[in-house]
Amino acid sequence: MSVTSEPASAPGLTGAPPSRRFTGVLVLLLRVLVAVAVPVATFSLLWWTFEFLRDENANRFIVVGVAIVVGVGGVFALYWGMNRAVDLFPARVRESVRPYVFVGPCLVILAVYLVYPVINTLLISFKDANSQTFVGLDNFKFVFTDSDMLRAIRNTAGWIILVPLAAVSIGLIYATLADRLRRGEAVAKSMIFLPLAISFAGASITWQLIYSYRPQGFGSNIGLLNGIMLGLGQQPVKWLELQPWNNLFLMVIMVWIQTGFAMVVLSAAIKSIPDEIIEAARIDGASEFQVFRRIMVPSILPTIVVVTTYMVINSLKVFDIVFVQPASAETNGTVVVAERMIRWFFQLNHNGRAAAIAVVLFAAVIPVMVWNIRRFREEEAIR
Amino acid sequence: MSSAAVQAPPKAEPRVPEGGELEAAGRGGWFVRITIIVVVILWTIPTLGVLITSFRPEDAVNASGWWTVFAHPFRATEWTIENYRIALDQGGFGNAFLNSLAVTIPSTVIPITIAAFAAYAFSWMEFRGRYVLFVIVVGLLVVPLQMALIPILRLYTQGATLFGREIFPDLSLQGTFLGIWLAHAGFGLPLAVYLLRNYIGSLPSSIIESARMDGADHFTIFWRLVVPLSVPAIAAFTIFQFLWVWNDLLVAYVFLGGAGQNRVLTVALRELVGSRGENWHLLTSAAFISMALPLVVFFALQKYFVRGLTAGAVKG
Repeated sequence: MSVTSEPASAPGLTGAPPSRRFTGVLVLLLRVLVAVAVPVATFSLLWWTFEFLRDENANRFIVVGVAIVVGVGGVFALYWGMNRAVDLFPARVRESVRPYVFVGPCLVILAVYLVYPVINTLLISFKDANSQTFVGLDNFKFVFTDSDMLRAIRNTAGWIILVPLAAVSIGLIYATLADRLRRGEAVAKSMIFLPLAISFAGASITWQLIYSYRPQGFGSNIGLLNGIMLGLGQQPVKWLELQPWNNLFLMVIMVWIQTGFAMVVLSAAIKSIPDEIIEAARIDGASEFQVFRRIMVPSILPTIVVVTTYMVINSLKVFDIVFVQPASAETNGTVVVAERMIRWFFQLNHNGRAAAIAVVLFAAVIPVMVWNIRRFREEEAIR
Repeated sequence: MSSAAVQAPPKAEPRVPEGGELEAAGRGGWFVRITIIVVVILWTIPTLGVLITSFRPEDAVNASGWWTVFAHPFRATEWTIENYRIALDQGGFGNAFLNSLAVTIPSTVIPITIAAFAAYAFSWMEFRGRYVLFVIVVGLLVVPLQMALIPILRLYTQGATLFGREIFPDLSLQGTFLGIWLAHAGFGLPLAVYLLRNYIGSLPSSIIESARMDGADHFTIFWRLVVPLSVPAIAAFTIFQFLWVWNDLLVAYVFLGGAGQNRVLTVALRELVGSRGENWHLLTSAAFISMALPLVVFFALQKYFVRGLTAGAVKG
């Protein structure tokens, strides 16, 4: 390990003490400078590299190769270089500036990619379709009066209640049961977790094979559900046009994907319950259901809450599953809020309305955010 | 911290469980096994359908449901790999696969690097605004991605002006890999910082302090000590971000567009659904191409996934 002796190696520069305010401003400037330097340098490097590659019009293998080298090596090298640069600063300043090298790039990127957009979207949401003139609250009036929007809000409410409920309860029960398998627990869990590796786009193709419907004379029904219906001597059903149940059928896809995540995290929590407690309850004659209800669930309640929150936020943002369905979401009544936003921005070309929908989405998440921060504070207090 | 209130086993057992009974109840009884098997089957059916359909000839796919192959699974006319050849060549899925790689790998590595440094600073460095800044980062966890898309897209295509002055140049990043990498990095950072800080912050402070005593500077401690110790958390986030970016349709659709050289697998898949929605033999093989790599990554790294995600987050 290289040893850098911090305060000793600062010759000169500590001579005449300048006014404290001046130093303070200087240090502040340095902090901002080092915080911004790494991202800007990274960006320029990447920009320069790809300007070059863009002209080549590029063998994909080269692009991928460069991407990895620059992405892995470049970013790290820049941190290293900045850290070295800070070593050159006068000793008094050095250690108060260094943290900003570490934390700065993160803050700069977040400022550009998340903080700026939040502010900007707020502004756009009060403007017209092309973001030219202010229209006051018109867009928000639209959000809460348009019939498709109202339906979308209702549907999304359904999503954020039913999907987490189903995914977390199935995940919890499955995790509890799998915990008792003598063999094959890992395999059993992987099979449930597997859909998480599939994209929403891939998943909806997958589920088309379940829900597919073809009317009489347009070929045989190759969807599994209709296969079963026919096998039972029933008529095939247009599952995805069966209002309002088609919303449920789409939610099933989301549950199918998300249950694995809930199950894995809950399973880890269950395993952290001391065996002695459970064994003791069993020996005292508690039934398996009582053990589950009275001991397991209360012990892992914090984890259940975290997982549920995560699922709620995910369901609130759901878009892909609805968006990739071949049939129109409007006529089928399967619209959801996030999908409306994309539709208004990219296909119906109304920036203001799209932004207003985004603001409403954000507002819906604020309570979760407040709660999250509170929880963090409590955790800090314990630490 | 851990609630290992070690309870001594009761001395006089009130009701000695007959060997089999507790065993059957506590460990896998028939009820448990059957439930598990039923759920596994339910959860596997959709994927199995895709896999089977993707290997069946077009005529067969349209004539009968995929489950009918089980009637005569070894008949040669039931199977083909032609679908994959068509999807890779004509469907452009070969190219899209490489594009997905070019998008996904840097979009995973860049945020992890940045987040690891930030997480270290939030955990082990003293600086003004540490707490407030971290709370802001966690708060950003819940900004809906959708909200960020429009402003970023305008930033990419028009730059930004404030009071008539250009504060951000028009870099025409729209449709470039660089644009989407940075976007994914930005969107992934809050979760990455949150997870990694949870983990890095829970490392024993004695290790870090003794390294400081020995004169190691922060950079050395970070690189030689903290990063190797944090492999589970880093691996967990790698899987998370990799799967997310690879499977993402929205960001790719917005920043790389629906057509053109740079479109990724999910976008290509969506186009295929739109243009050839009834060509099941192609759709399924394309879908399976898009699933292949995530499945490999997932199975290779899954043991880290659980360990890294739950460390710090789950306090028993």
